[in-house]
Amino acid sequence: MSAVKAIAVHVFRESVRDRVFYNLVLFAFFMISASYSVGLLSAGQEVKIIKDLGLGATSAFGLFIAVFLGIGLVSKEVERRSLYTILSKPVHRHEVVLGKYVGLVLTLAVNLAVMVVAVYGVLGYISVTESEEFKRGWEAPAVDPAMLTAFFLIFVQLMLVTVIALFFSTFSSSIVAAGLTFGLYIVGHFNAELRALQDVVDAPIAGFVATALSYVLPDLAAFDVSADVVHAQPVTVGYVLLTVAYAFVYIGALLVAAMAVFSRRDFT
Amino acid sequence: MIARPSEWTGRWVRRSGAATAVVASLLLLSVVLQLLNGRDTPTTPQTEQLYLRSAATLDRMALSFDSVVADVYWIRALQHFGRTRRSERTEKSYDLLYPLLDIATTLDPRFNVAYRFGAIFLTEPFPDGPGRPDQAVALLHKATFHMPERWEYLMDTGFVYYWSLHDYVEAARWFRRAGAIPGSPSWLQSLAATTLAIGGNRLDSRALWQQIHETATDEWLQNESLRRLMQLDALDDIDGLLMECERFSSISGSWPDDWSTLVEAAHLPATPLDPLGHAYLLHPSTRTVGVSPESPLLPLPTEPPRVATP
Repeated sequence: MSAVKAIAVHVFRESVRDRVFYNLVLFAFFMISASYSVGLLSAGQEVKIIKDLGLGATSAFGLFIAVFLGIGLVSKEVERRSLYTILSKPVHRHEVVLGKYVGLVLTLAVNLAVMVVAVYGVLGYISVTESEEFKRGWEAPAVDPAMLTAFFLIFVQLMLVTVIALFFSTFSSSIVAAGLTFGLYIVGHFNAELRALQDVVDAPIAGFVATALSYVLPDLAAFDVSADVVHAQPVTVGYVLLTVAYAFVYIGALLVAAMAVFSRRDFT
Repeated sequence: MIARPSEWTGRWVRRSGAATAVVASLLLLSVVLQLLNGRDTPTTPQTEQLYLRSAATLDRMALSFDSVVADVYWIRALQHFGRTRRSERTEKSYDLLYPLLDIATTLDPRFNVAYRFGAIFLTEPFPDGPGRPDQAVALLHKATFHMPERWEYLMDTGFVYYWSLHDYVEAARWFRRAGAIPGSPSWLQSLAATTLAIGGNRLDSRALWQQIHETATDEWLQNESLRRLMQLDALDDIDGLLMECERFSSISGSWPDDWSTLVEAAHLPATPLDPLGHAYLLHPSTRTVGVSPESPLLPLPTEPPRVATP
C-alpha cells in the first residue's frame, strides 16, 4: 500500500511540476470575464448562465486534464522509457497502475475544488451586488449548496473518464489512447439513442447488438444533473448513490482490466 | 572570435525586453495591415445564418453541455430580435427568432424566460416583431408540456389568443385551465368569465399586463411589461384628451389649434405629457391626439375589438 501511496504522490507532484494547475488561472479568468459579458448580454439571466458556464467549464477543463494526463500515465512513460526506472524498483505492476490512477484522481480533486471555489466566488459576488427585488426572480439562490451535487457527479464522471484513458494507455500509444477515450466519452452520451435503435431499424440483430452495447458502454449522461440543479429541481440521494455505485463498479472493472493488461505486457 | 549569425540571433532573442518589443511591434503591424486591408473592402450587410436548425440534432451534439449551448442560443435569439427590431432596413426578417427559441428550449426544456420572451415578442406585429402568434402558441404548448405545473404558461397562451388573435372564447378557455392549476391565483377564473363576456376590454388588458409584470422573473420582462402598462395609460390619456377637445369644440365651436388654447381656456392645467414625459401631439386637421415620435411608447398597440358591451 505504501508503494501505491508513493506513486500517487509522485504523480501529483509531477502534475504540479508540469504546470497542470496553470489551467486554474485560465479557468478563473474565463469565469470572471464571462460573468461580466453575460451580464451585458443575457437580459437578466446572469445567474442561470453563470451556473451553466461554471458547471460546463468545470466539466470541460476536467475532461481535458483527465484525458491528457490519463493517457500519459503509462503510454508516455513507455515512450519516454522512464517506466523502466519505476519497474526496476521493488513494486508490483498493479501497484504502479493503481498508484498512478490515485495520483491523477488526487490532481483532479484539487483542480475541481479550486474551480468550485472560483464559481461560488463569482456567484457570491453577484448575490451580494444584486438587489433583493431582482433576487426574487431567481429559481434558486446564487450561492446554492445544491450545486455541489452537480460538481460531485462531474468529479465522479471524470474519475471514470480517467480510468478509461488509463486503460487505453496500457496497451496503445498516447495518440490512439486519446482518440479512443474521447470517442468513448462521446459514445457514452448516446446510450439512450442506442437503446432506441431497435424501434427504428428493421434488423432485430442490429437492434439487439445496439441495446447490448448501450449497457456495456459507460453511461456518461447519467452524471449530468446540471440542468436540474440550476432549475432548482430535486436530485434524490438515491439517484446520486446509484450513479456513484455504477461509476465505482465500472471504475473497478476497468482498473482490474488495466492492471491485468499492464502486468502481462512485455516491455523488453 | 566573431559569433556566427545563429548564435547572435539566439543571444538577442534571449534578451526578453527586446523580444517583447519585437512581438508587440509585429502584432501592432498586423493590426495596421488588417485595417488597411479592410479599408477598401466594400462592407456588405451581414445575413444571419442558422446552420443547424434541428434542435434534436443539436441536443445530441451538445453532450453534457446542453445548458451552455441553450444559453448561447438564447443570447443569439435576443441579439437577433434586438438587431432586427432596431434595423433601419425595409426588408426586415425575424425568420430566425422561432428556430433560435425552439433550439434554446429543446436544449434546456425548463428555460422559463425563453418561453415567456417568445410568448410576447413572437406576437409583436411587424415591423416591431415577426407577428407570429401561432409560433408563440406552439412555444407555450412546449413549455406546458415540460412544466404542466406552471400556470403562467397557460395564462400566457390565453393572453396570445386574447391580444393577438382576438379569439376570446379560446382565451377564456386557457385562462380557465390556468386557474384550475393548484396554487394559481383566484383572479384567473374571474378573468376567464369577463373575457368571455366583454373581450377586448382595456381593463382586462391592463390586468393581464399587470400580472405578467408581477410574475416576471427577470428585469427585462418586468421593464417590457411596464412599458406595455404605460402604453395603456397613454391610451387612457388620449381618450381623456379627446374628450376635452370635444368639450372645448362644443363650447367654442372649433377644434383647438394647440394645447395652449386648452390651457388658456382652463380645460387643462398644463401641456399634457405621456407617462415618459413626452408631450402628446394634437392634430387639429385629423382631430386626433397622438404620442410624440420621440417617445419610447411608440407604436401604441392596436386595441382588440370588443365583443360585447357590459
